[in-house]
Amino acid sequence: MGNYNYIPSSSREQEELLEILGLESIDDLFKDIPSDLKIDELNIPSGKSEVEVRRIIEAIARKNQVFTSVFRGAGSYNHYIPSIVKQITMKEEFLTAYTPYQAEISQGILQSIFEFQTMVSEITGMPVSNASVYDGSNAAAEAVNMCLDKKRKKALISGTTHPMTIETIKTYCHGMGTEVEIVPTINGQTDLDALEEMMDESIACFYVQHPNYFGCLEDMESIEKLVHASKSKLIMGINPMATSILKTPFEYGADIATGEGQPLGLAMNFGGPYLGFMATTEKLTRKLPGRIVGQTTDKHGERAFVLTLQAREQHIRREKASSNICSNQAHCALTASVYLSAMGPEGLRDVATHCYSNAHYLQKELAKISGFDLVNTSEFFHEFVTTSPIKPEILNQKLQEKGILGGLPIEENILWCVTEMNTKEEMDTLVSLVKEACEA
Amino acid sequence: MKLVFERSVKGRKNDFIPKLEVEETVLPDKFSRKQELRLPEISQVDMSRHYTELADNSFGVNNGFYPLGSCTMKYNPKINDEMTQLPGFSQIHPMQPIETAQGSMKIYHLAEELLAEITGMDAMTFQPAAGAQGELTGIMLIKAYHENNQDFKRNKIIVPDSAHGTNPATASMVNYDTINIPSKENGRVDLDKLREVVGDDTAGLMLTNPSTVGLFEHDIIEITKIIHDAGGLCYYDGANLNAIMGTVRPGDMGFDVVHLNIHKTFSTPHGGGGPGAGPIGCKEFLKPYLPNYHVIEKDGQLVFDTPEKSIGQVKTFYGHFAVVLRAVTYILFLGKEGIPQASQTAVLNANYMREQLKDNFEMAYEGPCMHEFVMSLDTLKKETGVTALDVSKALLDNGMHPPTMYFPDVVKEALMLEPTETESKETLDKVIRVFKQIHEQAYKNPQLIKDAPSQTLIGRVDETTAARNPILTYQF
Repeated sequence: MGNYNYIPSSSREQEELLEILGLESIDDLFKDIPSDLKIDELNIPSGKSEVEVRRIIEAIARKNQVFTSVFRGAGSYNHYIPSIVKQITMKEEFLTAYTPYQAEISQGILQSIFEFQTMVSEITGMPVSNASVYDGSNAAAEAVNMCLDKKRKKALISGTTHPMTIETIKTYCHGMGTEVEIVPTINGQTDLDALEEMMDESIACFYVQHPNYFGCLEDMESIEKLVHASKSKLIMGINPMATSILKTPFEYGADIATGEGQPLGLAMNFGGPYLGFMATTEKLTRKLPGRIVGQTTDKHGERAFVLTLQAREQHIRREKASSNICSNQAHCALTASVYLSAMGPEGLRDVATHCYSNAHYLQKELAKISGFDLVNTSEFFHEFVTTSPIKPEILNQKLQEKGILGGLPIEENILWCVTEMNTKEEMDTLVSLVKEACEA
Repeated sequence: MKLVFERSVKGRKNDFIPKLEVEETVLPDKFSRKQELRLPEISQVDMSRHYTELADNSFGVNNGFYPLGSCTMKYNPKINDEMTQLPGFSQIHPMQPIETAQGSMKIYHLAEELLAEITGMDAMTFQPAAGAQGELTGIMLIKAYHENNQDFKRNKIIVPDSAHGTNPATASMVNYDTINIPSKENGRVDLDKLREVVGDDTAGLMLTNPSTVGLFEHDIIEITKIIHDAGGLCYYDGANLNAIMGTVRPGDMGFDVVHLNIHKTFSTPHGGGGPGAGPIGCKEFLKPYLPNYHVIEKDGQLVFDTPEKSIGQVKTFYGHFAVVLRAVTYILFLGKEGIPQASQTAVLNANYMREQLKDNFEMAYEGPCMHEFVMSLDTLKKETGVTALDVSKALLDNGMHPPTMYFPDVVKEALMLEPTETESKETLDKVIRVFKQIHEQAYKNPQLIKDAPSQTLIGRVDETTAARNPILTYQF
């Protein structure tokens, strides 16, 4: 045995340990493993120094193109992350802790989760939140799970939902034996006539995203009436950035609010890790999956925080559990709450207003170029779909050469996204490049 | 400690983004939020202090010994974190053209090569977000396989009684019934009982090896054969892989699917409860069922592939990229020599602690153990009234995190210790001394232990009230 690779004890010390155990070699400790199962050596490269590893990883990173300006969203958004957010979340105590099972030495982590729950509750307007799930699509799938009962075993999902969220819900539902139906789309919104027709007593819930995949706002008032008329549950997926200026799920009468927390201070990171949040009514509290932190007192009567309502979880219910979630996204939740503290209510609304106004500016400028018409006439937040007179891929190729990530091609159309990170100059440059590409 | 909301002063704000350069578009009133948004209004300096206080009152591997059995709390190397901060990774949009994201794709591809070799599997997917989601995905592959064979009567999953609670919960999420099988006196799976319960309704078996009690199932080949002969598949719970990396591989033991807890075995920090990552590996015949976004090489480029009979996807995008990147960095650093060495040292450290403690504390099973061991404090409780919980709380006063308590369920007053390979002999010796002192104290003055902890920020918490009258958000 050697003496490297994050192993602090020297070979001499390790020999000492073996001696105390009365063993000749380390193999004596592995005698329970049948010898024909043991392998001689792994077929992977030899260990390297930190310098070499760094060079390899940095070289791999250089194979990626970092775009200087980004006009693509579709579930991952390019927002500014304040320095203080990055610094605070890198603190080792936060990074290297496990799930806070021991309350007495985990008050910091527990309190940060309690603060996160409160902030999710404020964003969504709903009274209760959990301590996070894997991502927005999992939050949606878990929410569907919460609504099922013996009579209501069918879930309706709006066709305006992010395609990957639809796929994730379907996978989870297939496992549970839950039937899923997709409600058709009209003008970038849920088709209300179709929804009305599909609603009946077998429907456990309807999931709708607002703003939806196409960036459009839904007619939530009508949806709420339709869903609750047949006593189904309304699950509303939101963008937490948008909801600082948009009506909250609570105001719309939703039963469960879910969403993707990535816009709140998490880097795009090629898609992960992100942050799923879930909030609900008091009535459904005990159906919420995952960890929940509650306030209590310690034996001296002082305020303290602790993991609570654990009876719902795999610890006790085991085979009766309706969710198996164990790890969550605690560190991403911390990041989101540090971000929200840094921005404050005014800062957050400011970002949302930038997104909304910039997107509308770009849309109007693009509309001046022939062939870039808005596909849907409904109100949008910071994403919108336009037609394109040339193949979106060809257009994007030209933008890419200038370091610009253009909108996402959806069939023959383009889904554009604009945030506070896009300056007026960037938008104007984009428009002139688009014009050039079309004229060429 | 004050809550961040209690530090808030109306009107305080930070300027992070520039003034709006375009004309403001006004949101139609019917869409606009009327509900108040009560977020903290706080200066940067107060924020810094607030979160520093929270950090000071948190306990991670970097604060002290963390022998949380089955959780493998090893040191998290700093270079791993630094690599995730490279803009070439962190600023990559998941939907940017695949030819412009070949670096990120390379990380997934490399991770698949390395982890498939370590586990003895033929393919890996990185979609699952955590161990439990890996379990779910793995069991979904098994279900899809049976369904594809028109074999619909298989609706039972066999799980040892000592299994992690997530195993039965996972089975229930795909509508499978769980059959618990008891373990024998020596902690191993009872083969006779196993033979009794298998049949043409067996979808599969979920097992970790070494088991949750820290022992290697030496009859593993026989176990997996019994399942395979009955037409079922074998699922390996990777929670305890740290004991055997580079020595033996789940794939060679007869397992068909495996999940890994990257935050355990591959040194990625757990962040106070996540994110982890739960990639799964499978044998060739299950590859067609893998979730969407399997990385393959095509015409000299790395691209995503949807396997032919894919179960679909279990989350948005491709996986916890930054977490996988940390694991790759770790494996490249350790290499083929370091990986088995880490395991061997973890096992050596566990056996050393076990040996040093066995005169005072009753060991639940005969040794040697693998990377963790279980003590039963039942005798101590009977003789002194001091419970496993009391001992754990007394450990808090000694600057260490307690072991896993009351798990596995099959051992009374259980404490499960996993020292890992990244602890030095001095640390182990110090902890051994602490355990012995607590043991002595339990006989001399048990009340002292029952009153612990006394040196932590707060005393023991009232969990009952928390659950009965839940207060889950700040009451403004």
